[in-house]
Amino acid sequence: MGEGASGRAARDLRAWGFLAPALIWTAAFFIVPLAIMLVYSFWQRVGTNLVTELTLANYQNFFAKSFFLQSLINSIEVTLVVTVVSVLLAYPLAYILAEKVPQRWQRLALIAAILPFWTSYVVRSYSWLLVLSEGGILSNFLLDIGLTAEPVSFANNRGATIVGFVHFFVMLLTLTIYANLVQLSPSYRKAAADLGAGPVRAFLYVTLPLTLPGIMVGAFLTFVLCIGDYITPQILGGNRELLLPQTIMLQIGRRADFPMASALAMMLMAVVTIAYVACARWLKIDRV
Amino acid sequence: MRRVFNSLPAAFYVALIYGFIFLPVAVLVLFSFQETRLPVPPFNGPSLRWYEAVFNDARMMDALGNSILVALASSAVSVALGFLAAYGLARHRLPAPRLLQGLLTAPLTVSYLIIAMGLLITFNAVAMPKSLLTIGIGHVVINLPLCFAILYSQMGEHQANVERAARDLGAREWQVLALISVPMLWPALFASFFLSVTFSWDEFIIAFMVSRFDVTLPVEIWSMLRSGLNPQTNAVGSLVFIVSMVLVVALEMMLRRRRPE
Repeated sequence: MGEGASGRAARDLRAWGFLAPALIWTAAFFIVPLAIMLVYSFWQRVGTNLVTELTLANYQNFFAKSFFLQSLINSIEVTLVVTVVSVLLAYPLAYILAEKVPQRWQRLALIAAILPFWTSYVVRSYSWLLVLSEGGILSNFLLDIGLTAEPVSFANNRGATIVGFVHFFVMLLTLTIYANLVQLSPSYRKAAADLGAGPVRAFLYVTLPLTLPGIMVGAFLTFVLCIGDYITPQILGGNRELLLPQTIMLQIGRRADFPMASALAMMLMAVVTIAYVACARWLKIDRV
Repeated sequence: MRRVFNSLPAAFYVALIYGFIFLPVAVLVLFSFQETRLPVPPFNGPSLRWYEAVFNDARMMDALGNSILVALASSAVSVALGFLAAYGLARHRLPAPRLLQGLLTAPLTVSYLIIAMGLLITFNAVAMPKSLLTIGIGHVVINLPLCFAILYSQMGEHQANVERAARDLGAREWQVLALISVPMLWPALFASFFLSVTFSWDEFIIAFMVSRFDVTLPVEIWSMLRSGLNPQTNAVGSLVFIVSMVLVVALEMMLRRRRPE
């Protein structure tokens, strides 16, 4: 193409023009705020004043006060349990949907499986409260069949938080694992069968490794969304033990301690980054 | 016979998981028709009194209007900016395209809570009053990367050739965009807009932190939760569920109709 140097320069300029609005938006409302938070995390709140002197006090506080560190440990424990349980529940469902359900019903079955995914997130946690709280459906059911004599509460504890999370992430993971499963060519398994592998061996050595990327993408997504979520533990978890996002919100809401909250947010980002590095080799997002 | 026997455990498992998935929603909807003041068994009803209460709740209706406004406006901005950026990056040679792509999609990897906090601190720092505008800005931050990623992935060679042909025939850049790229990418544009609307519609933490007097529906529902279990919350929740449902079904049908098969 016979473009002169000035023509190319004009084209380059135009290309930057197309990108500029998105880049400026991302810079102004994402990069700059993160940078401000990073700086804040090295400042300190003393009494009601902001001391703008660089210090590691917030981070020292984080490791010194069990209140902060414990909430991170709680968060990691809950998130790991949620991720593992959700994968274990979702994989068989995705597998059955992809393999056992007749082709023309698959899409419908999948849409049905993730229908409650589209309810409001806040409402979804609330509706688990209806099931788990004292006098709720579960307690009532147990009374009816005579397993308990008194109404029992299953809400306001770690178990309730985990149930609420698993409910959400089973749907998400079913979707990602299913998408991965239907992309597999059946000839892989046929080849395995021809070479003498039984269905179990074929699954363990062929299907499972080939769907590992889908599992890892889903698991990573689960980890990131779960560890940063405030709503579910706040509604279902009660106030006996806090997760990290709740501790962060406490710093902001009750104490207006933005420096400490920023330091906690940085710790949260660090944990997510470690998780990302750990599964990076499976998480390639490419242009199709 | 063996097939039936083989698929029996599978059917049982599917039924179990579907039960788990639908249990809370079923309970939510059922007890939204509760006659009495507590949405727990025994069920008395059906009654529509709590739906009436919702529609007579002025704050709730305000929040509903705000939610729709924020969702539509922020999604329109997200799609527009995402489209322009995807077009610029896919059709022009720019230095370090990987880096630019990474930069634009970076917000996807950061918790909403952290994005919300950063925005709150920033808005405080520049003394920007918290309003629907600040919520909308936040929602563009989370939806722009999504729109960009979807549209960028859909900009294939096929469209590039048609665009080049139009340019050779003397079309100006804006004509290429408006008359070639947008119509050809219509399904992807539509999908990213709808996805953005559903995300914005449901988003809580950003809306909660950067709002003050005007709030969106999830924030209003959140403040209702403080009063504990309440059939009115069930009624709002059921309504939100139905609206989301209609949106999803509409999207599904649109995409199905557009898909050449």
